[in-house]
Amino acid sequence: MNYKIIKHVIGWVLKIESVCMLLPFLCAIIYGEKDMLFVYSICMFICAFFGFGLSFKAPERKSMYAKEGFIIVALSWIVMSIFGALPFYISKHIPSFVDALFETVSGFTTTGASILKDVEALPKSHLLWRSFTHWLGGMGVLVFLVAILPLSGGDNFYLMKAESPGPSVSKLVPKVKSTAKILYGIYIVMTIVQIVLLVLGDMNIFDSITLSFGTAGTGGFSTRNSGISEYSSYSQIVITIFMLLFGVNFSLYYLVLLGKGNSVLKSDELRAYTGIVLTAIIIISINCFGIFGTWFESIKHSAFQVASIITTTGYSTCDFDLWPSLSKTVLVALMFIGACAGSTGGGIKVSRFIILVKSIAKEIKIAAHPKAIHKITMDQRPVEHETVRAVNVFMAAYLIIFAFSILIISIDNFDFTTNFTAIAATINNIGPGLAKVGPVQNFSIFSPLSKIVLIFDMLVGRLEIFPLLILFSPYTWKK
Amino acid sequence: MKIIIVGCGKVGQKLAERLNQEKEHSITAVDIRYDVIQDTTNSFDVMGVVGSGTNIDTLKEAGIENADILIAVTGSDELNLVVCLMAKKLGKCRTIARVRKPEYNKMIHLLKEDLSLAMVINPERTAASEIARVLRFPSAIQIDTFAKGRIEILKFKIPEKSPLDNLKVGDIVAKLNCDILVCGVERGDDAFIPGGNFILKSGDLISIVSSIQNGAYFFKKIGFNTNRVKDTMIIGGGETGYYLANQLIETGINVKIIEQDATRCDELCQLLPKATIINGDGTDNRLLLEEGIESAESVVSLTNIDEENILLSLFAKSKSNAKIVTKINRIAYDEVIDKLDLDTTIYPKNITAEYIIRFVRAKNNTIGSNIETMHLILDGKAEALEFRISENSPVSNITIESLELKKNILIACINRNGKIIIPRGKDMILPNDTVIVVTLKSGFADISDILE
Repeated sequence: MNYKIIKHVIGWVLKIESVCMLLPFLCAIIYGEKDMLFVYSICMFICAFFGFGLSFKAPERKSMYAKEGFIIVALSWIVMSIFGALPFYISKHIPSFVDALFETVSGFTTTGASILKDVEALPKSHLLWRSFTHWLGGMGVLVFLVAILPLSGGDNFYLMKAESPGPSVSKLVPKVKSTAKILYGIYIVMTIVQIVLLVLGDMNIFDSITLSFGTAGTGGFSTRNSGISEYSSYSQIVITIFMLLFGVNFSLYYLVLLGKGNSVLKSDELRAYTGIVLTAIIIISINCFGIFGTWFESIKHSAFQVASIITTTGYSTCDFDLWPSLSKTVLVALMFIGACAGSTGGGIKVSRFIILVKSIAKEIKIAAHPKAIHKITMDQRPVEHETVRAVNVFMAAYLIIFAFSILIISIDNFDFTTNFTAIAATINNIGPGLAKVGPVQNFSIFSPLSKIVLIFDMLVGRLEIFPLLILFSPYTWKK
Repeated sequence: MKIIIVGCGKVGQKLAERLNQEKEHSITAVDIRYDVIQDTTNSFDVMGVVGSGTNIDTLKEAGIENADILIAVTGSDELNLVVCLMAKKLGKCRTIARVRKPEYNKMIHLLKEDLSLAMVINPERTAASEIARVLRFPSAIQIDTFAKGRIEILKFKIPEKSPLDNLKVGDIVAKLNCDILVCGVERGDDAFIPGGNFILKSGDLISIVSSIQNGAYFFKKIGFNTNRVKDTMIIGGGETGYYLANQLIETGINVKIIEQDATRCDELCQLLPKATIINGDGTDNRLLLEEGIESAESVVSLTNIDEENILLSLFAKSKSNAKIVTKINRIAYDEVIDKLDLDTTIYPKNITAEYIIRFVRAKNNTIGSNIETMHLILDGKAEALEFRISENSPVSNITIESLELKKNILIACINRNGKIIIPRGKDMILPNDTVIVVTLKSGFADISDILE
């Protein structure tokens, strides 16, 4: 185990976090929040101090293997969340450290679940920092690091692999560095387009920026207690479209840029994603027609909610906890499916579901013709056995963690819907669940133990389980 | 440059590794085996495409339309040629094919022309040429030539009680009265480019640069045997053995080949009428003694099993004073192997990779002064590069001592229209010279890269 490189990279992560805190710092200057100026300068100093301390000396041995990659990613996310929670804690806006940590982890993992009862009471710089953590966590801090850090050769591909969602991570171009740059380039441009479109509507600049950060990272922190419901239909429709766009595999955008639009339309995952979204919108808008009265309103709200849940953003324009049971069940099902692989969204991912459904079909065919040879294909090419196996194991691990988490938080003695959807909303990085954790509620009701479980689940969901399990496994640390 | 490597065996991976070190290339590796691609993309910063190199979709996915160079190094000659042919039709890249069968080798020029290949490489033949060169100058462990054979970099081990032991590098010229330059020293695992105050020790592996005549003179001065060998015992009659025997016989060296397989012996007998072919097991030490290993002037172990080659060479070393050459194909423990007393070891795969890289480098930079020749020296830790100097190059017309060179760089030799100059501080580089630069860093493409 190369401890020095782990230390070095984590130092860099902290340095970047320190630089990122400049944004809320500037915000505090603009809005004249004097206390916040002090808080953010202290936090920036602390991050920079530890960052430079850890990465002061470049390690002699730069070799990094899969094991180091996983550990760096898991540790970075934990360290980054702890330091990111400092502003809330130091400013006493969130007096309990577990709560502050919950809020920050929820930010970085793009969950958007909050323990705050009154969001509007927070200063603007805190609101911006919360939303900015979404944006950072969406594409991943280590992907950013890979784009700028001169790490050695192919080894840093392990970092990207461990942080990027999806059953199989591949590069867009031969160099990891260029791949990371392209991904961030697309990400930044799309975010800016959304901000501009929102400003062109009737939204003020601050809200446009924070909401766009939340949409881009598929996070879901809002700046108002009422979520998105107070904004105009135009803004809601823009957000709906961008949520869906950020839930698509970013490599498809790269193909479009290369002028290979045809192969994009043939992507199995994109087709399935579009199909699921449209079906869900149709079912819910018919089912909820009675609540809204007009088709426009009904389709608008159901489209917003479907987009918000399947991309695991978690914004809401209305309290869907009050919707009919069928609609609620469809939404819960969407929570598990999640966005496309290689997007900023969470959940199990559409491509994993395709592979799972196809494996089930294969198993049934084999039962009918035991000697038949059958290959699972995706985008007209066979899926490697290794990938199928990884998907199956992922599902198993996912379900086990899910069940254990429910077991532990049920100590708090809430109803089953609350417990089940609280775990579903955190492990899939969505945000709001149903009942006591519904869109107009928050997570402050849980005990600190449950909150720690939920924090763990959010990280597990964002990093797709294995990096964290590897970090905590004793096998990893044995010599 | 955009480079596609088809076939990720040992050579393919070596190429991916070496080309990747040069930063500016985008490399895509193609192989039909999923696990091999997985392994390659995990180890090096390259993109992997799983599929057959002869499949048009695979090649397109690898980006053949925009590629600059395609290197086909799969195990099959025919496949390599077909891949190159297809690549040529699909894009406008230059193609390099590995072709190893002797029957193709005879019509290599036809192939090269009709398939418009930029380069054809035959690992066995290249390895054989390398061995032949060593046998012509047995005191050296490695010989690399520059300036169309006028300049050599010779590597050898300083023996006990040599006049070089405990000698300052700066004093060599004065004490031995030879115009040579020590351009590299390997001590243990470390490699140095020595300054004038560096003190040589016995056991060091040193590389010197000199003209051919001065090299021979220097070796005589320090008491080395400079005669080429008169006979050779080759153990293992595979392709490399055949090519080697052929080259050695041409230069009048007696060759004895020991080969296990009777049919192969028949073939060799027809192909090499002047060689003595012995049908027997090369690992049978009684046979080796009977065939006179003790009095042989040189022994070359070329069986297909690396471990066998190493043991055979150690045995030969213990029984005779012969010059020993060992071929190592597969195993990658060169640090361990170097500690054994094996004289010269030849790694055909590294040589293949090195030849291809030299070609890529040369193609990479066609403007200004570019690389004429490149060799890896000091066990692959350093490079010796030969640059041609253009009219207004920043290094020309300035005395060498006033050039601000980067660290660990040595201007080792200047070739001025065939006149070999070992540069000292007051010498100047002029336009149209070729200059040999030794560096511990890799990735230089132009002579101006050596300046601070």
